[in-house]
Amino acid sequence: MSLQIENLSVYYQTLKGDVHALEDITLDVKLGEIMGLAGESGCGKTTLCQSLIYLNPPMKYMTGRVMLNGNELPIWDAEKMNQHRFRDISIIPQYAMNALNPIRKIGPMIRDLLTSKKVDYKDRLPELKHRLDVVNLPHDVLGMYPFELSGGMKQRMVMVLSTLLDPTLLIADEITSALDVASQKAVSELLVKFLDEGCCKSAIFITHDISILYQIANTITVMYAGYLAEKASTETIIHSPRHPYTKLLIASLPKIGVKYSEKHLKGIPGHPPLLLNPPIGCRFRDRCPLAFEKCTEVPPFVEIEKDHFIACWREGSHA
Amino acid sequence: MKRYLLRKILIYLLTFFIAVTIDWMIPRFMPGDPIRNMLTRVSVSSNATAIQQMYDYYSHLFGLDLPLWQQYLNFWKSLFQGDLGISTYLFPTPVIDVIKRAVPYDIFLLLPAILLSWYAGNKFGAVAARSKRLDNTITPLSYILNATPYMWLGILLSWFFGIILGIFPIAGAYSYSLQPSFSWKFIGSVLHHWFLPFLSLFMVEFGGQAIGMRNMIIYELEADYSHYLGTLGAPQKLIRNYAFRNAILPQVTGLALKLGTIVAGALVTEVVFSYPGIGYLLLAAIQNQDYFLIQGCFLFIIVGVLIANFAIDIIYVLIDPRTRRGMTGETS
Amino acid sequence: MKNLRIHNEILYFALRNKKVQIGLIIILFFVLLALIGPTLTMYQPFEYANPLGPQAPSSKFWMGTTFFGQDVFSQFVNGLRATFIVGLLGGGIGTLLGIVIGFTAGYYGGIVDEILNALTNIVLVIPTMAVLLIIAAYLDVRSVFTECILIGLTSWPWTARAVRAQTFSLRTRDFVDLAKLSGMKSFKIIFSEIAPNMMSYLLLVFILQFGGAILTAATLDFIGLGPTNAISLGLMMQYSVLWGALPFGMWWWFVPPGLAITAIVGALYCTNVGLDEVFNPKLREM
Repeated sequence: MSLQIENLSVYYQTLKGDVHALEDITLDVKLGEIMGLAGESGCGKTTLCQSLIYLNPPMKYMTGRVMLNGNELPIWDAEKMNQHRFRDISIIPQYAMNALNPIRKIGPMIRDLLTSKKVDYKDRLPELKHRLDVVNLPHDVLGMYPFELSGGMKQRMVMVLSTLLDPTLLIADEITSALDVASQKAVSELLVKFLDEGCCKSAIFITHDISILYQIANTITVMYAGYLAEKASTETIIHSPRHPYTKLLIASLPKIGVKYSEKHLKGIPGHPPLLLNPPIGCRFRDRCPLAFEKCTEVPPFVEIEKDHFIACWREGSHA
Repeated sequence: MKRYLLRKILIYLLTFFIAVTIDWMIPRFMPGDPIRNMLTRVSVSSNATAIQQMYDYYSHLFGLDLPLWQQYLNFWKSLFQGDLGISTYLFPTPVIDVIKRAVPYDIFLLLPAILLSWYAGNKFGAVAARSKRLDNTITPLSYILNATPYMWLGILLSWFFGIILGIFPIAGAYSYSLQPSFSWKFIGSVLHHWFLPFLSLFMVEFGGQAIGMRNMIIYELEADYSHYLGTLGAPQKLIRNYAFRNAILPQVTGLALKLGTIVAGALVTEVVFSYPGIGYLLLAAIQNQDYFLIQGCFLFIIVGVLIANFAIDIIYVLIDPRTRRGMTGETS
Repeated sequence: MKNLRIHNEILYFALRNKKVQIGLIIILFFVLLALIGPTLTMYQPFEYANPLGPQAPSSKFWMGTTFFGQDVFSQFVNGLRATFIVGLLGGGIGTLLGIVIGFTAGYYGGIVDEILNALTNIVLVIPTMAVLLIIAAYLDVRSVFTECILIGLTSWPWTARAVRAQTFSLRTRDFVDLAKLSGMKSFKIIFSEIAPNMMSYLLLVFILQFGGAILTAATLDFIGLGPTNAISLGLMMQYSVLWGALPFGMWWWFVPPGLAITAIVGALYCTNVGLDEVFNPKLREM
């Protein structure tokens, strides 16, 4: 087991009160697994991953624990976390295009970073060059400034840098959302290649685009308004989802061979609730076609079949 | 890089051209008759014909009896010959000579004040951005200093150190009892007179620089590259170091934009301390309605600021890889 | 309705912000002093009220008298009026010009932008004070009002620059495109779509221009180019220095005007920083 999250809750502190961004998250990611994390924007996907690696104000740790390779990660302690970041857990951020110091050459910047981590740059250089080959970047980029690289090159550079110390868990945060379809595919395939080459041992792939997950993810976790809704293998989520929200989400995807002039793409009516004063009970209740009295209580996230978890009173063992 | 500098040079040349044109236009197109004004001020004679003679003389000197385009061309011609007219207040000294005597004092006052306040302000601003406790002392103090009118700080300093404590002189550039020479005594006297005006310029400017640096660093610490380093577990020291290096660049360009204010500050500081630079000269020129001298001072201030701006541009090109590596356009 | 609620919310946070509170209280104090002050004294600013000449503050002359026996309090409160007028009008004109030029350049782009940007850069490089003093020197009669106009005409460039950059970034947002597609006129787009998004920013700009105008006016006055027919805080300082207040230790003559300017401009900066925290929730949450 690579990553185990138990009952993790993280809030955002604001002047108006706490925003309940993550509530009671319990989740496993196995070694070798690429877990897709899907959901609407603002559902807590990015908060979840940020809190695993860099929980800084206004984020506030509430409860829960995170284990990586059987060791607890001190995610609430910014200082202690430093020794785990990059080595054990790493991230390709959403803003990869702006992630490099604009006025430092890339090679020296990597050297600064490695030196601060007590890693010898020269020792790591052959591997660094090898990985540049993997992502198809010339070795010259190490002598260049970030502005001399194109957006796609910068992103691949960040992919190489983030995985340079072979972390156990790699988080890829919306890395395809700014790209065109062709590059989306190339980048997500690179991620699979990284896993195969051992540059990381497991990965969480955040996106709001489920069709990409279909190509690369082993499992898919769906989040809604700070809670986990459903987790199962990719096949199961795509072909036989059980949670009403997942069903609506999958139904709203375009399907090959269907003419949309006849059958309009259906969005999900309504909006997610505000998380400043979240409603009691299931947060999908207001938009859910199947809601009933029981839904005023929070549904637990339970395993209804092997490796298929769901949080809904209508489904699984409760029904 | 070449294009960047060429563009800048073009702007400066254009600015110089416009400044000279303003300098030429103002006395000719403003309401009122400057020569008549000047004569009523300076002439002791109430003899109408004598005044008329002087009027004609000065009109000729201004070249007011020629067609406008001819006047304009002549203005440029005499400018390149270093002829800025003759001071009426220090008659018959040419304006250029009067100014030449004053300029070294300005450089002596401004250069150390600008460089040291920039250096110290950036240092302290960076420190303020680092610790909450220092931020709560340095930052408010900087804002107050920056809100202080230059001349008032000068007045307070000269009152306190000059009058109450009596340890610093409050007027002049060196003791009146001394003749300029290369003796230790004279140099000591010069530094002694220089210190208070320097200090008041330094303090106001220090405030502005510290605020600028503090805000820039905080901005840079929120930038994506800082956040990325944080998620990779880089130590605060490295993150701050990068933020500082990024923040220093806008501080260099910021200095160029502030030059005008600093120069204006120097003008009034010189008035407070009767320090014989351009500012002090200017006050005398204004009080005596010595228009040639006012115009000459104007041109010198403009040229000085343009040269300083250009120097800063070159420094900027050298320290910012984005301009150095041949990127064109602005980096804002 | 939604807009109204947002405005109320901002007002609520603004009035709860310590920096805004401190700043506004100081400014309000001086505004009241400027409004009421002149009615509290029976002397005119330039009237030779005290035949004994310079005197320290007393019950008769609250702030003492000048070298010529003029009432410092009367000069001070009337000077405050001039200071606020210069700030409001000079800063206002500067802000307005900056907005118009910046908006135009940023909105239209292309050749219009090129020209306006070159103009902005040129005026930015020319030291404002030098231009002001050469113009002021040739004016025989100068009023506070002319001073305001002169300051406004020379202080706009950095505002224009900032507004231009802001407009550029706003122009490319979706809602402006939407407005364009629906056939709205250019200036209507500017005022109905872009301006509200920049309102908070423009308020901050105006506050800084306000303070800048006050400092510029003080410099201009001090160098002898202030109003010829009125009193101002800068003129008070000039007179005090020219007439030996320093060697004679007449502190009551030169301390109040400078202190007032520092306090007002400092309070403006303070309000500005506080409002910035209010408008920028990122700073607020810290």
